[in-house]
Amino acid sequence: MSGVAFWPAEASSVAGRVDVIVIALLVISTAIVLLVGGLILGFSIRYRRGSSARRGELPEFIQKEVEVGWIAGTLFLALFLFGWASITVLTAEQQKADALEVHIEARQWMWKARHPNGAREINTLHLPLGEPVQLLMQSQDVIHSFFVPAFREKQDVLPGRTTQISLTPTKEGRFPLYCAEYCGTLHSRMGGEVVVMKPEDYIRWRAAQPQEDDQSKEGEALFRTVGCSGCHAPASPVHAPDLTGLYGRMVNLADGRTVRADEAYLRDSILQPRRDIAAGYAPIMPTFAGILREDELQKILAYLMSLRQEGGS
Amino acid sequence: MNSGGEALREPWESLRRQREAAGFGMWLFLNSEALLFGALIAAFFATRFYHPQAFEAAGKEAEIVYGTVNTLVLLTSSLTMAVASFATRAELRRVSFWSLGLTLALGLVFLGLKIMEWRSDLEKGMVPGPGFPMEQPGAVLFWGFYWALTPLHALHLIGGLSTVGFLTWQAARGARPLRSPAFEAAGLYWHLIDVVWIFLYPLIYLQGRASS
Amino acid sequence: MSDLAARRVRPAEAPAEPWHDNYLTAEQGILSWLTTTDHKRIALLYMASLLAFFIIGGFAAVMMRLELFTPAQDVMTADAYNRMFTLHGTVMVWFFLVPSIPNTLGNFLLPLMIGARDLAFPRVNLASWYLFNGAGLLLLLSLLLGGVDTGWTFYTPFSTMFSNGYVLLAALAVVLVGFSSIMTGLNFIATVHLLRAPGMYWFRLPLLVWAIYATSIVIVLATPVLTASLLLIVAERGFGLPVFDPAHGGDPLLFQHLFWFYSHPAVYIMILPSFGVISEIVTCFARRRIFGYTFMIYAILWIAVIGFLVWGHHMFVSGQSLFASLVFSFLSFVIAVPSAIKVFNWSFTLYRGQITFEAPMLYALGFIGLFTLGGLTGLFLASVPIDIHVTDTYFVVAHFHFIMVGGAVTALYGGLSFWWPKITGRLYPEGWARFAAVLMFFGFIFTFFPMFIMGYAGMPRRYGAYPPEFQIWHVMSSSGAVLLAAAYLLPMGYLTLSLFRGARATDDPWAATGLEWRTSSPPPRHNFRRMPVVDEGPYLYHPESEGPHHTEREPHENQGRGA
Repeated sequence: MSGVAFWPAEASSVAGRVDVIVIALLVISTAIVLLVGGLILGFSIRYRRGSSARRGELPEFIQKEVEVGWIAGTLFLALFLFGWASITVLTAEQQKADALEVHIEARQWMWKARHPNGAREINTLHLPLGEPVQLLMQSQDVIHSFFVPAFREKQDVLPGRTTQISLTPTKEGRFPLYCAEYCGTLHSRMGGEVVVMKPEDYIRWRAAQPQEDDQSKEGEALFRTVGCSGCHAPASPVHAPDLTGLYGRMVNLADGRTVRADEAYLRDSILQPRRDIAAGYAPIMPTFAGILREDELQKILAYLMSLRQEGGS
Repeated sequence: MNSGGEALREPWESLRRQREAAGFGMWLFLNSEALLFGALIAAFFATRFYHPQAFEAAGKEAEIVYGTVNTLVLLTSSLTMAVASFATRAELRRVSFWSLGLTLALGLVFLGLKIMEWRSDLEKGMVPGPGFPMEQPGAVLFWGFYWALTPLHALHLIGGLSTVGFLTWQAARGARPLRSPAFEAAGLYWHLIDVVWIFLYPLIYLQGRASS
Repeated sequence: MSDLAARRVRPAEAPAEPWHDNYLTAEQGILSWLTTTDHKRIALLYMASLLAFFIIGGFAAVMMRLELFTPAQDVMTADAYNRMFTLHGTVMVWFFLVPSIPNTLGNFLLPLMIGARDLAFPRVNLASWYLFNGAGLLLLLSLLLGGVDTGWTFYTPFSTMFSNGYVLLAALAVVLVGFSSIMTGLNFIATVHLLRAPGMYWFRLPLLVWAIYATSIVIVLATPVLTASLLLIVAERGFGLPVFDPAHGGDPLLFQHLFWFYSHPAVYIMILPSFGVISEIVTCFARRRIFGYTFMIYAILWIAVIGFLVWGHHMFVSGQSLFASLVFSFLSFVIAVPSAIKVFNWSFTLYRGQITFEAPMLYALGFIGLFTLGGLTGLFLASVPIDIHVTDTYFVVAHFHFIMVGGAVTALYGGLSFWWPKITGRLYPEGWARFAAVLMFFGFIFTFFPMFIMGYAGMPRRYGAYPPEFQIWHVMSSSGAVLLAAAYLLPMGYLTLSLFRGARATDDPWAATGLEWRTSSPPPRHNFRRMPVVDEGPYLYHPESEGPHHTEREPHENQGRGA
């Protein structure tokens, strides 16, 4: 990536659609600049002091029709642009059930990624070409912002809350990744790159990474020491849901809704257990907010999510 | 119309306008104050939205006796302040000084009770930080707001007390005519302090006690 | 009875003042300045304070542009750079741009333009100046102690729990300067309501008065929300009261909502007054009545009202719901319309005019161009999918500099050169002034236009070091900044010089129509020797149903009439 940055690469399914609006807006803006500039320059020259152009009263037509027409025109243009932009964002990447889930953890001043098989990387993010990806992001400290210009995607990464980006990479290559929300001393160094590779290459790359399931091992230990297993272990006398294979499944809730047990759901159920009660169970679980540190919570979540692989295979 | 010894000052050309200005300026300032407290109360509500149960539980720990007595004290002080506004305007000297004095006294009673209430809160350990007794997450946020809002309100009350006190002292010395529009303006400000409290009272003391 | 009489019969003579006596010479000595309640003198006091802060903020900008000349972090440390842009933002927004036109030109002109002797509360006006300086000193203190590194936006939880700068001092300074601006705002509102000259009905007010009036309303209603958000920061950082802390279940986005509820209207606080200034200048040098006077007023009010409802467009990527983002996007598009009305009306004020191109007019034409570009790029930012890409990049930096610097600061310089003869009674060298105006326009474009390109290419803001592929744009920008700095410094030179060497100005050197041009230059202590009475609307550059002649300057008519 040397030379001059002029127009960023289009490397996601939404990038091209954003660029089309941008180009349309550029054309419209240029036209308006030419119109306003032309009017000002034209009038300035024609009606300069001493020129022989006709003066006198303003035609009624200009005071009424042209003014009202201009207002209606700009209002219409504004509404049209709003509609177009909104439709683009509404029909952009929807969250897909089979999307590849990659967890991003931001902290001062690095990006950490964890892939579904437990492969981890720092300041680099490998993604498979053409496959829907869901990035689940959380910050350990302050607000950061995950920004990949080539994807035309940006999302703030918050502490204490999971935010996400759904996208499909459409171009192979290496693209810069930045932190876009000011986060302290080394904000400008908090970057890296996204590597988009063919799906088979991605699988190979992922498998070659050192499998790091310490996280879920530690999570399993915590699961016992903190007391989760007292109720949630299959042999427990307490009537509590069995968590094996829960991750990724659809769960029926007491109030009739059905939700997918993704990471956000698991997290919420630990921190705010009374919010979404699983159907058929009493709301007896205490909250673990303030008891578990964020890294411990991450470990327990990693453990819970690892239960899917065992149960699934 | 007798001007009551009031002088026409720059930039005014009529006494009526000059009088009008004090009230008008104060109303504008009250708008500003209302948005200050409005924003804080909105922030309180937004946070409460995330933790309704914790906020209710935390509200139950607030000292409702002090809160209720203080509400009555402050409401009464608004009455005496209103009397003072009318009395000064009508130049009823005795009534004016009595009602101003009562307003000041009631304001001080409010502050005194408030300080006792804070002491009791401190004794119960209701201060965010290590050793905070409530376990629900979010309960500590309620107390965060409590310790931000009540002192800010008390500061405004101290401002009101100083203003009313200063005006009364000036009037007693004869340095300020009773008809001065400043009394009315000070009265408006006093009522705002009261109105803010009327919003704070149910938020802090009543919400946790409504249902159970 | 006495009321009525006082209102009707305007005293024929203000307290007797000899003709050569004016507000500058009415009293002597430094103490007479520091204790003055004369709105004109306070305007000059504000000018001095603002000049100091403009230079401090400008210095920070120069340091930043110097660092950004090369991709590496080589001129200063990363922490120093972060402190520089925080200083630049805080000083420029609260200590320069927000008070720029209202507290200098507005303070000076508002009573003159409506035919009053002073503002409604002269002592409050002086107090606001002292408060402003007190707040400024607090901010400088935090700078001397080591600075603040939160950015001017003070985002939590960085500002409350992670920053190691003097956040409390800076937040307190901003709270105090907020009070100062509320005091000024309510003073202006009360003045416009209560002190208009007889016959100066609402729809006869000059547009500058309307603009400052609307600005004041926004100031009075928005600033307390900023105070609230900063007080909560002080509570959390200073007293350990958790409010936004996510570890306790608090919501850091709540701060952003409160902050932008003020800070978006603040953008209109900065730009609305310049709309007024430009309207005064364009009509005067086109020798025409303003095109669509009532449309202009409603556009100002429209902006002031809707300006309160668009704050969420700063938060499209913050994690707020998509539905909320779309509502804010819609309102942001809607607020583009009144700005378009204004640009169109200024353009058509030129139509069939008799245009001359003195320095104020050049500034005004430059303003229209830069404001149009800034406004159009606002459309990009109002669209959710584009904003997701360009927010927090140099695209946004360029956009708001076009509005706030290309717009507001250009208008300030334009207004200053327009009313300089009235303020000081002196004329400045016209040639130099025209040169500075043209230089400012091109210097500005050169500095800030490249930022649009690098922003779209992905250059994030608040970076002291950056990838080398952006260097060419930064070099252009830094070079342009040299021109821009020269253009900003030049008027300071020739205007100061004009105080000693400038020719004496007549009462109405531009043959303009406002009440302020009726009185002498500089005006007497109490503004008018005979208090004016008004029978007509503003901008009487030609009879209602005609236009100006080809060559002769139409014998324009002043809005007011003497007793």
